[in-house]
Amino acid sequence: MVWLWQNLELVLGLALDHARLSVAPVLVSFIASIPLGWLANQSRVLRTILLTLGGVLFTIPSIALFVTLPVILGTRILDEINVVVALSIYAVAVMVRGSADAFASVSKDVIGSSTAVGYSRWGRFWGVELPLAGPVLLASLRVVSVTTVSLLSVGSLIGVTTLGYLFLDGYQRSFPTEVVIGIAFTVIIALIFDAVLVTIGRILMPYTRALPTSSRASVTRVAAEVTS
Amino acid sequence: MNFFLDALAYIVDPANLTGAKGILPRLGDHLYYSALATGIALVVALPVGLAIGHTGRGRAFVIAISGAARALPTLGLLFFIVLFTGLGLWPLVAVLAILAVPPIIAGAYAGLESVNRQTIDAARAIGMTEWQLLWKVEVPLALPLIIGGIRSAALQVIATATIAGYVGLTGLGRFLIEGLAVRNYTLAIAGAILVAVLALLVDGLLALIQLLVTPRGVSRGVTSTAPRSRARLRRARATP
Repeated sequence: MVWLWQNLELVLGLALDHARLSVAPVLVSFIASIPLGWLANQSRVLRTILLTLGGVLFTIPSIALFVTLPVILGTRILDEINVVVALSIYAVAVMVRGSADAFASVSKDVIGSSTAVGYSRWGRFWGVELPLAGPVLLASLRVVSVTTVSLLSVGSLIGVTTLGYLFLDGYQRSFPTEVVIGIAFTVIIALIFDAVLVTIGRILMPYTRALPTSSRASVTRVAAEVTS
Repeated sequence: MNFFLDALAYIVDPANLTGAKGILPRLGDHLYYSALATGIALVVALPVGLAIGHTGRGRAFVIAISGAARALPTLGLLFFIVLFTGLGLWPLVAVLAILAVPPIIAGAYAGLESVNRQTIDAARAIGMTEWQLLWKVEVPLALPLIIGGIRSAALQVIATATIAGYVGLTGLGRFLIEGLAVRNYTLAIAGAILVAVLALLVDGLLALIQLLVTPRGVSRGVTSTAPRSRARLRRARATP
């Protein structure tokens, strides 16, 4: 604890960097997954292609991506953009599956009814399909955000400043307190991200509280967990 | 693209295959750590997952625990344990096993929960004991999802076993670490490619096993049901 107060500035600085670098992958994956998930439900072939691609991308170990991306992107190897791109690739890979499931979970009868009352394809997507897919999308996004925050610490191995620095430094100096503080702050950031996502979900989807969500939410959550 | 070609050249060069720092011994070690950790996780997680799926109890608790485990950064956990136990094989295996437990549990109970309630009632009606019900009905029908969980666990373990090199062990991660330390990026990328290929191979192998062990009726049911109606089935089950 004494160490934490003495080094508060360092720890908070790293925590801020950590949080800042985690935001982009989560946002990118959410935005990219909506059209991709919708596409995956348009045809069998597209679904197979997109989900297989996501699966393959997800099998590449994070540190392997961190190291190879500079070669592909032409960036410097220690550039933090590599880590952001790598984590975005992961996040998208996980979210595509979640989003495909989310749009598949919208009842065909509801889609039929909305067409019958005169929704255009475009209006139906924004007014019916997306809001109803929302809860499942949120469940996947929560998994993605926690995983991203946790994985980001690996970035410190290739010299990007994140809370992972505390692991390396604490380990090299045989100082467990520093490692524990690094772990604690990583978990705290993950919890804050999760709370923010849940709050945004409550505000944007007030209808989820009216439904008997407990069992349904847990099933979708389980689906999200198995596939990630 | 030069780095890539050099890395590939490094991998296919027979001179780099064997020897103390060769690809083959490190590949062997990598597989050994991964298999040990996944095996231990299986022994711990499978009974728990099956028990939750069969009885339907304790799900909320386990979901909370798995969520928390996901947030724990593996690297930090490993360094923390090593600082107390000293270098060795078991801290690494323990950390990797912790990583593998949540997906295996989730796969097992999601698998059992996906079994049609009427099938279970029918099995009880013809006089099966709970034990027979579990092994003859629920587990065979749930196998695709159970193995799906194991697949995702094995993948994460293989990918994360790269950190073995930081705590005095070897494995394919050593190429990455040695390469980054002396800024020999060819070596680092060679290591990255090796780990990725290993992960893809093991994933493919497990996918094959998944196909082979799936009862014919189940695979037929899965392939003949369109995604939308499958999702509807899922939701129908979810609403009591």
